[in-house]
Amino acid sequence: MSGIPTITGTALPSNAPGHQTGWLAQLDPRARILCAVGFAVTVVTCDSFGTLVAAVAIALALLVASRLPPRQTLRRMVAMDSFILFMLILLPFTVPGEPILTIWGISASWEGLAQATRIALKANAVILALMALVGTMEPVVLGHALHSLRVPAGLVHLLMFTVRYIEVLRQEYMRLRLAMKARGFRPSTCWHTYRSVGYLLGMMLVRSVERSERIMDAMKCRGFTGHIPLMKRFCLSQNDIVFAALFSLLIVTLLVGEALHAAV
Amino acid sequence: MPLFELSDIHFGYPHRPPILAGADMVLDAGERVCVTGHNGAGKSTLLRIMVGLLRPTGGTVAAFGQSRREEADFHDVRRRAGLVFQDPDDQLFCPTVAEDIAFGPLNLGASRASAIEIVDSVLTRLDLMHLRDRVTHRLSGGEKRLVTLATVLAMEPDVLLLDEPTNALDEENEARLVEVLDALPQAMVIVSHDPHFRRRLGTRSLRLKEGILTQPAPPKCRNASVP
Repeated sequence: MSGIPTITGTALPSNAPGHQTGWLAQLDPRARILCAVGFAVTVVTCDSFGTLVAAVAIALALLVASRLPPRQTLRRMVAMDSFILFMLILLPFTVPGEPILTIWGISASWEGLAQATRIALKANAVILALMALVGTMEPVVLGHALHSLRVPAGLVHLLMFTVRYIEVLRQEYMRLRLAMKARGFRPSTCWHTYRSVGYLLGMMLVRSVERSERIMDAMKCRGFTGHIPLMKRFCLSQNDIVFAALFSLLIVTLLVGEALHAAV
Repeated sequence: MPLFELSDIHFGYPHRPPILAGADMVLDAGERVCVTGHNGAGKSTLLRIMVGLLRPTGGTVAAFGQSRREEADFHDVRRRAGLVFQDPDDQLFCPTVAEDIAFGPLNLGASRASAIEIVDSVLTRLDLMHLRDRVTHRLSGGEKRLVTLATVLAMEPDVLLLDEPTNALDEENEARLVEVLDALPQAMVIVSHDPHFRRRLGTRSLRLKEGILTQPAPPKCRNASVP
């Protein structure tokens, strides 16, 4: 197709987040996104413990294949778990059923515990697979892949502009923060701190608006008419097709396992 | 026929004293006019008025032999007069260098294939092919500056408008930029605080003071060079 080589194929600085060399990272980003979405939808619909444990095992296998640093990745997963921790703890107490134990007159049920475990397994399987398949992608590549998967252009551009300018904004924030520090600002719990941080945020907002106007001007200077062309084209290799086929087979196996379990 | 002819330009930002008060400027083919002036004198404003990003409250802008008034008049001006912004981060907004350079040509109706051709030829001319697929926000300051120049050159302008092009460049990168600009045939308007840079490139100088462009007094020492 086009002569534009893939971004992943060129030398990016190695400090780039998620720049991986595992075979999983070599696969077509579109195939990886579709597999991750397929896996997520399947896992969410399954209910039997056997299937869910198998799904977690698959996700762990993907994690190994992606060559993400396991410790860091699992820590990120735990960070996600902390969001649902409260719900998982409360669930046994709120679902009616056969009681396990009673605390202050409120009893926890086996059914609730089972449900909480199911949710934990599902969430972790999905998030692990997502990190292994999609999280290893450069954000820019993700944008291009979503574009070629016909995700609405507005959303893709929003992602692209975010990727492009988040670092610029962060640097602006750091500069302002440093300038405050240089004049002896030390945050504490007082009105002066609140007001100063308010000024900082307000200034960031004003600068961002002004920057966006300058960007708009620069775009107009180059004949912008409301449409941003994205040049990247992907092409599927045999490896991608084999991977997608095998992964689909895996998903179907999960579904069959679930159906057999439900029939019993 | 001059490329640009600004006469009696008046402009002021809301709630502030007028910044341009009767500025005149003529730019002929082959000229490289340096504009100097203190901070906030209205140098960037002048460049923005030239490409119609700001509309003067008084006076006329003529570009490429035609008087320009409405937004639609300026579409053509913006293609033929490439404005290089002060902050490269304002100008480079596409994810990759190749896409950013192709943005202009694609807007002008080039096909994908010919846009890619333009990208390659511009990058080859500036000896920047190694940056082609880099992510724009990870470029160094010097690389960003040269890539912004490439994005503008891709539209094959007749005039270059450079707003503080040496801002935040080290000596090596500045020398590189001078070399690149010196080899270009385009007429230029260069806003710069850097006397060395002006001396290397400019063919004449204008000073923006109190809203008016004037020819600076000739140097007192006869050994001093003019721009």
